[in-house]
Amino acid sequence: MAINNKRRLLLAGAGAGGLAITAAAVIAQTQERVIKVVAKKFDFTPGEIRLKKNQPVTLEFTTLDVVMGFALPEFGLRADILPGTTARIRFTPDKVGQFPFHCDIFCGSGHESMTGTVIVS
Amino acid sequence: MDHAIKRRSFLKLAGLGGAIYVSGLSGWASAAATAGSAYQDFFFVQLSDTHWGFEGAPNPDAHGTLQKAVKAVNSLEQQPDFIVFTGDLTHTTDDPQERRKRLREFKEIVADLKVKDVRFMPGEHDASLDNGAAYQEFFGKTHYSFEHKGVHFIVLDNVSDPAGSIGEAQLAWLAAELQPLPADANIVVFTHRPLFDLYPQWDWATRDGAKAVELLMPHANVTVFYGHIHQEHHHMTGHIAHHAAKSLIFPLPAPGSQPKRTPLAWDDAYPYRGLGYREIEAEAAPKTDFKIVELPLQKG
Repeated sequence: MAINNKRRLLLAGAGAGGLAITAAAVIAQTQERVIKVVAKKFDFTPGEIRLKKNQPVTLEFTTLDVVMGFALPEFGLRADILPGTTARIRFTPDKVGQFPFHCDIFCGSGHESMTGTVIVS
Repeated sequence: MDHAIKRRSFLKLAGLGGAIYVSGLSGWASAAATAGSAYQDFFFVQLSDTHWGFEGAPNPDAHGTLQKAVKAVNSLEQQPDFIVFTGDLTHTTDDPQERRKRLREFKEIVADLKVKDVRFMPGEHDASLDNGAAYQEFFGKTHYSFEHKGVHFIVLDNVSDPAGSIGEAQLAWLAAELQPLPADANIVVFTHRPLFDLYPQWDWATRDGAKAVELLMPHANVTVFYGHIHQEHHHMTGHIAHHAAKSLIFPLPAPGSQPKRTPLAWDDAYPYRGLGYREIEAEAAPKTDFKIVELPLQKG
């Protein structure tokens, strides 16, 4: 009897766990990733943005100082980043690889090194 | 014509034959074949990306390289008809007074050129942070045109907008410049950035450059000379040839050849390697062919 009760509890726990996992998976599929990217002379943070193929993502950009640009040419994406505002790009990467991005609004000596990489796996 | 023959002979005598680049691109290989034609040819010199004010390891002689280039051009056996600087005369600074100081110093140094017909244009380092305001105080308009011996030269500004656009107003000006020219007019365009998408991953492009190329496309004889990428490069968009010049401060890597567009390191064993300027010989009939002679900066 004691054994049966334990078994029932275990089964119930396992069932609940399974439901939780399923629910988490559903949420993961429906909740879109949002990645915040902060620009400042002459840096993007993070400098590496890791994404999953076919998983939609929204990139949210702010700048700490002057007007910046974000350009990701291999996906045909770009945004102006204005002080005091948030710029957003929503897209779904459809290819795997490493893709450079850069600031495309000249922002001073060091602008040329204001680059980063999107890594899609 | 004598001038043309004498000049070719000089280049051979000077041992520069190996440095002569005659493009295999369409319309570029007929210079030798036209030696017997009756016309007046000329040549000009292109210098680019001097970045006066730059300091750093990629050029330990940053304070002396520009003067060295002036001396080299002055030492040419024949002086060019004119000289053009295709932008980034100075290295950028956030300080407006320092920017003006650098522009003033640059202007004083190049005043030593024997040839006084010198054409300037800004690069993004000169003009992008103030939309060309300081540049214009020293050098005037950032886009303009001039005629020389049957060739229509057009200087386009694709840097005063920090986003690297030519802009609708200037494109309208370009259209108006081109409109009265016959379809076979000899046209040379000077720009700082490439008008085509060379490598947008490194910002080596002009955001609306395709619109300028579209305006130029109906004209049969158009050649573009530009700077910005600190290396020799040749490219065709349709029948229009585009030729990038070397820098006078530090060379940059070939497009996409390394993860970042960081300057190539100075090599004590080969000082000034990758730096240089060019002569462009215009041989003018019936259509202008251009022959490029790349010249290095020598130690000493």
